[in-house]
Amino acid sequence: MPGGKRPKSGGIKLSGKLLRRNSERWGPENYDHLLEVKDIHLSFKGVKAIDDVSFHVDDGELFAIIGPNGAGKTSLFNSINQVYHPQEGDILWKGESLMGLKPNVTAERGLARTFQNIALYPHMTVLENILTGRHVRMDSGWLAGSIWWGKAKREEMANREVVEGIIDFLEIEQWRKYPVGLLPYGVQKRVELGRALAMDPELLMLDEPVAGMNLEETEDMARFILDVQDELDIAIILVEHDMGLVMDIADRVLVVDFGKPIAVGPPAEVQANPNVIKAYLGEEVEAG
Amino acid sequence: MTPDLLVVIAQEASTPSKFAQMVVDGVNLGGIYALLAVGFVIIFRATQVLNFAHGALAALGAFLVASFATVLDIPGRWIPNAPAWVSWTGAVFLALIAAALIGMALERVFLRPMVGEELFAVAIVTLGMDIVVRNITNDWIGPQPRPLGDPFGISVFDLGWVRIPYTVVTQTVVALLAVALIAYFFRSRMGVAMRATAFDQEAARAQGISVGRVFSTSWAIGAVLAALAGIFISLFPRRSTGVDPTTAFFAFRAFPAIIIGGLDSVVGALVGGLIVGFAEAGASSYLVGENWEFLGTGFAGIVPYLLMMVVLIIRPYGLFGTEEIRRV
Repeated sequence: MPGGKRPKSGGIKLSGKLLRRNSERWGPENYDHLLEVKDIHLSFKGVKAIDDVSFHVDDGELFAIIGPNGAGKTSLFNSINQVYHPQEGDILWKGESLMGLKPNVTAERGLARTFQNIALYPHMTVLENILTGRHVRMDSGWLAGSIWWGKAKREEMANREVVEGIIDFLEIEQWRKYPVGLLPYGVQKRVELGRALAMDPELLMLDEPVAGMNLEETEDMARFILDVQDELDIAIILVEHDMGLVMDIADRVLVVDFGKPIAVGPPAEVQANPNVIKAYLGEEVEAG
Repeated sequence: MTPDLLVVIAQEASTPSKFAQMVVDGVNLGGIYALLAVGFVIIFRATQVLNFAHGALAALGAFLVASFATVLDIPGRWIPNAPAWVSWTGAVFLALIAAALIGMALERVFLRPMVGEELFAVAIVTLGMDIVVRNITNDWIGPQPRPLGDPFGISVFDLGWVRIPYTVVTQTVVALLAVALIAYFFRSRMGVAMRATAFDQEAARAQGISVGRVFSTSWAIGAVLAALAGIFISLFPRRSTGVDPTTAFFAFRAFPAIIIGGLDSVVGALVGGLIVGFAEAGASSYLVGENWEFLGTGFAGIVPYLLMMVVLIIRPYGLFGTEEIRRV
């Protein structure tokens, strides 16, 4: 363990209350579904990446999207937070369309995501990386921030407390002052989850959170994901290859193949669906 | 260090006026280089753009002051009874605001469409911007240098064995304040957003950071710092005649400071600026006379580049720059 120092401000317990401090929820109180994706089509110069996909996610739900490589899972994420703009269909967030917004605006409205290939800021420390997640929850100007004065100072102190809570929650205390570029892969994945959590999202989109992890790291991550869902009451969309993980922890599963939806429903039901077996394992196994 | 050299240093130090004067000059030059370097660094850190138009922006800033203070009489014409230093400071503030707006406009028009292009291509765009801004500014300046109309003039005060111009005191205080403010700025919300954007724009957007606003802010700050440096360059004791068509080139002398300090470090820019300032001041006071005739005239101007080469050999990323992190 590098250094093995005890954190100074350890022991701050992360709770929904701490996370939600200083936050204002965007949008109406009442809505049908937290997120509703309606018949979206996305193509790049004639190549169909997403073809008529619809699904919805409710508050506190753990929804998984699975499918073979190139099935359009990550494109779905990029469409939801508006990195890509689907040509047809609509994406409703608490009943209001997200279409045409900028990604930073969707982030402000409560959508957070992680990336398939870790997209942390390698030279910044764990603490600073997670603090960037608080950006949307802070509003002091640059001048006040520079001279660290009054409101800006109080705001930063409060937000640092939230960050410490997240660090404690994800059990990465011993690395808090380390540049993330130097940390093991599994820990970096956790830091990325922490950075997304710091945004106090209402929906967390995790793009292959356990890809490339060993069994122990996978189990740890599964535990954190379930804790996020249960203790912090955050809805999650999980894109994952690891079938075992998905079937264990997801409430509902959407299977896509070549951009088309094949099946949607509870894990057991989806697992038994012949189309899913065909997409994943091929004809031969189906016959056998 | 050989004993001979120590003796020489001791002798020189015992003639205090020369040494102390060199220190004053070094601090002054160093402050100006640090301002130029920090302005360059802040733009590089946020947007990964090497801004070759920095010198042009410096000259433009100085020209704006000259024009506000001596030609247009702004804001002096609205406050006729105010003392000279008040209206001049007002002109400086207005010029800095104008510089910020120009910086933001340049970024929005010429560099925003280049987002995502190769860094080399973007650097070439800034070279083009340099030519455009420099030529327009020089056209406005005309063939004669334009004095900035500052109230300090060439007045000095004697402090024991050293003679300090009032401009140097003001410049040093302002430069240090500006650099300190920028160093703290990087720890603020916007500063952290800026560093995040530099690493990964897509991830920064997903954090709710408006990348466009980060770019605008960094160019505004960079242009203000460039203008400030340009103003200082055009005052006594540097160039008391004012801003002229060669002012823009002065800024290139800050490049060694940037490289020595490290392209992405504010502290590095400050230290690099001071190192280069002192080296240049030292060389122009001591590396002259019979013993050094073989160096020719104007050797002081080369010293920063020699230092830069030494640093590049030892630490290619600069004294304070970030070494690329690689995991094997």
